[in-house]
Amino acid sequence: MAVLGLYNYWAVIVLMMAGLYILIARYNLIKKMIGLGVFQTSIFYLYISMGKVQGGSAPILDDAVPLYSNPLVHVLILTAIVVGVATTAVGLALIVRIYEEYGTIEEDEIKAIESREHDA
Amino acid sequence: MELLVTVVLLTFLMAIAVGIIVLRDLLAGVILLGLYSLVAAGIFVVMDAVDVAFTEAAVGCGISTILFLGAMSFTKHDQKPRGHDSLIAIVFVVLAGGLLIYGTLDMPYYGDPNSPAQTHPELTQHYLYKSMDETGMPNVVTSVLASYRGYDTLGETVVVFTAGIAVLSLLGLIRRRPEDDAPEDAPGDIPRHSSDDSGVDS
Repeated sequence: MAVLGLYNYWAVIVLMMAGLYILIARYNLIKKMIGLGVFQTSIFYLYISMGKVQGGSAPILDDAVPLYSNPLVHVLILTAIVVGVATTAVGLALIVRIYEEYGTIEEDEIKAIESREHDA
Repeated sequence: MELLVTVVLLTFLMAIAVGIIVLRDLLAGVILLGLYSLVAAGIFVVMDAVDVAFTEAAVGCGISTILFLGAMSFTKHDQKPRGHDSLIAIVFVVLAGGLLIYGTLDMPYYGDPNSPAQTHPELTQHYLYKSMDETGMPNVVTSVLASYRGYDTLGETVVVFTAGIAVLSLLGLIRRRPEDDAPEDAPGDIPRHSSDDSGVDS
């Protein structure tokens, strides 16, 4: 029962670490943003699974429904989704500017260009 | 049965995440991210979070995929992400994940109706059983979002507005695609520092 009861959280952690790994180990900046998206969605999932009540229903009040899941986490995650997309938009805009300035979106190439400029 | 659906969908999510790590093609990564959001929206429906599922499907799967595709059309998306699989990164990620899993051992089990989050008298119980009298809306998520936490939602709008201003000030209103006036140099070369910032200041 412990495995089934905690499987959700473990899956969230696997997803979170997958996102973190993409952020660390991939040089392409757009790929890094994809990793950030994976990370973000896994956090949403963590919150929603904490709010679920066994046998509960969606928190829309009705006399026929005896038990509801936790509405508070839903509200928090609604806000987080919209803010997450705003973050993604700003990050991608920065990447487009970086591409215009350096002609590449690979992190190692940008570093090479920077060090060459520093030497010159 | 419900638990089985959740477990299967979660396993599917993990397979997609592995696919995003392994695939080198950027376009495939973006499409997989959209699929990832859509499957997550399906899980949210199973977990009774219907409002979140709507938003995730529309915003997470729709708008962010469009944003990614738009950004890729302004950069060279035929470049493959060349990442190395560094050992340090793997060790760090496995270590952090192990610590987090150790942390979950104290968590209440999935769907436990007696967990502290569900039984807190001032929060969940108040919202569930008093919000109809206090706000008159049957959807508790709406009443919390717009009434109890109205300032939070106002702050969210401010964040989105700020992000819109930031994107506009970074990119300007008129944009040229890289094919139109692409830098001639190959990726990795020093770009020309000429003064043609056309498209930026418009």
